[in-house]
Amino acid sequence: MTTLSVRNLRTHFFTKEGVAKAVDGVDFDVAPGEILGLVGESGSGKTVTGFSILGLIDPPGRIVEGSSIRFNGEELTAARPERLRAIRGSEIAMIFQDPMMTLNPVLRVDTQMIETVQAHLKVSEADARDRARKALVQVGIPSPDERLRAYPHQFSGGMRQRVAIAIALLHKPKLIVADEPTTALDVTIQGQILFEVQRLCRESGTAMIWVTHDLAVVAGLADRIAVMYAGRIVETGRTADVIERPMHPYTKGLIGSVPSQNTRGHKLAQIPGMTPSLLRLPRGCAFKARCPIAIDQCNEMPALEEHRPGHWARCWRATG
Amino acid sequence: MTQQPLLSLRGITKRFVQRVDLAGRIANAFGAGMRETVVQAVSDVDLDVAEGEVVGLVGESGCGKSTLGRIVAGILPQTAGTMTWRGQDVAAMGAGDRHAWQLAVQMIFQDPFASLNPRLRVSEIVGEAPRVHGLVGRGRQAEYVSETLMQVGLDPAYASRYPHQFSGGQRQRVGIARALAVKPAFIVCDEAVAALDVSIQAQVLNLFMELRQRLGLTYLFISHNLAVVEHLSDRVAIMYLGRLVEIAPADELFARPNHPYTQALLAEVPKLEAAQRTYKPIAGELPSPLDPPPGCAFHPRCPHAFARCKAERPAIKEVAPGHFSACHLNDR
Repeated sequence: MTTLSVRNLRTHFFTKEGVAKAVDGVDFDVAPGEILGLVGESGSGKTVTGFSILGLIDPPGRIVEGSSIRFNGEELTAARPERLRAIRGSEIAMIFQDPMMTLNPVLRVDTQMIETVQAHLKVSEADARDRARKALVQVGIPSPDERLRAYPHQFSGGMRQRVAIAIALLHKPKLIVADEPTTALDVTIQGQILFEVQRLCRESGTAMIWVTHDLAVVAGLADRIAVMYAGRIVETGRTADVIERPMHPYTKGLIGSVPSQNTRGHKLAQIPGMTPSLLRLPRGCAFKARCPIAIDQCNEMPALEEHRPGHWARCWRATG
Repeated sequence: MTQQPLLSLRGITKRFVQRVDLAGRIANAFGAGMRETVVQAVSDVDLDVAEGEVVGLVGESGCGKSTLGRIVAGILPQTAGTMTWRGQDVAAMGAGDRHAWQLAVQMIFQDPFASLNPRLRVSEIVGEAPRVHGLVGRGRQAEYVSETLMQVGLDPAYASRYPHQFSGGQRQRVGIARALAVKPAFIVCDEAVAALDVSIQAQVLNLFMELRQRLGLTYLFISHNLAVVEHLSDRVAIMYLGRLVEIAPADELFARPNHPYTQALLAEVPKLEAAQRTYKPIAGELPSPLDPPPGCAFHPRCPHAFARCKAERPAIKEVAPGHFSACHLNDR
């Protein structure tokens, strides 16, 4: 049984300049305890996909009819706002890039955490505090009793992100959507956070969607990877398959763009041009203008097809 | 090094002092005993950069790498120490030499949006400095701007645009064009690709390497991203809490890191390998530069720390040819 099943998700923004199809027909599943890496560059629609799952799309944006987001069998696109509010923060939690955005700067950490517990559960303040304390221990914050009485500004960036993760864990969610949670952190702190997250998912069976622009981060973390480009998934499969035997030219380009020891003294295999504007997407495959192997057929949109067992790509020229 | 280095730093130190404000002085009159706070952002840095070399400077946020970059670029004055440019002490330079040095060292910043004036057209952003400094006459400015833009891979037709009309990668190219316009010999890149998408980052990194070959540029490349530094640098310097803890040729440093901090940093770098790995992080965080630990600044986080590390600061010593490290373990 999958925790989350997204089918034909389309989130469009109806602006004065036209309709921006930020997410346009995205399908994926996440199983309990599984980590899905959702990879893409700015404007690929990865963040909007995460926000759509939590029902956090504001006008002029909206999830278009025909989209389906099933969470433990329940259709979220048809859920009433009260129901969504009950699910958010308890069964589905979100971690953002900037922890200062999720933490209230004028409230102490204990006030915020107790408030979060009591928003979904009828428990006494002492019980709520105890739960908050345990969550801080879980994410590896030393001397939790003292830290509970501190304000967010008294924490370092890494510690703040841990508090944000602790808040996300308070209700033992079935699914966590993490949007670039380590991008703003230093390498050593990022390592610590990845370590905690990996352990938590393995221990508690929480499903996770890790949204990032950094293939290297998810390469060591995720079970499966989905690569997004201009609102669509262009390639998805098990991490090892996607990283070691990429099929879509965009994925190949992304992997070639990552500098490393082996690339020193050589040119990086760059992708020419830039991501197209969502308002003026070309007909057919959105990547064709930057693609080194584009053919006439690319003027028609290719379907996402399974070229190898469990390894899908949206390309006419993908080979199995 | 037999050849004279292009740039040479000796004992460069930068202290930022926050004086006691009025409220504090009043409180002191009643015996509060408030003192000014001093942050030692950069302490006693020695570094030579040879002509045509790319030196990577790596460290976590708050380690003083940007402050050091700004001192090198002449934006911030150092509190102590000497900086030598082509064998001449910068502090003792006459007006003419000083002017030449200031033009020869240019800086490229992390956020191209914050470092470009939003109200100026690209023709003015790129063309103003060379005109003011008399590198080109007013009549030839447009032509010169076109040439410079072509050098960084931008269409010369963009010269009449404003910064907001560009994407992030193009804006960074404008920032590079501005630095190149005054024909520098040395460029300080402060996290110059950190804000860019992976595919755009690759384009800009390729541009840096191309310009280096074409114009014989020397770079001080400041970054927290070890993969980028490894790709680009001839030598790498690792900084921790204001001090250089290790300097070595890039191959040597990545193959045989000597300092425990460097070893920990290298272990943390996410690599593009599909193998599911278990992260084993280094404990703790960067200590506050307001109150650095005594002895070796890394000892509270170091797995190999022993009594001497708490008491005595290790000096930076040569552990292999061209490979310097500041760690007591090398004396054991």
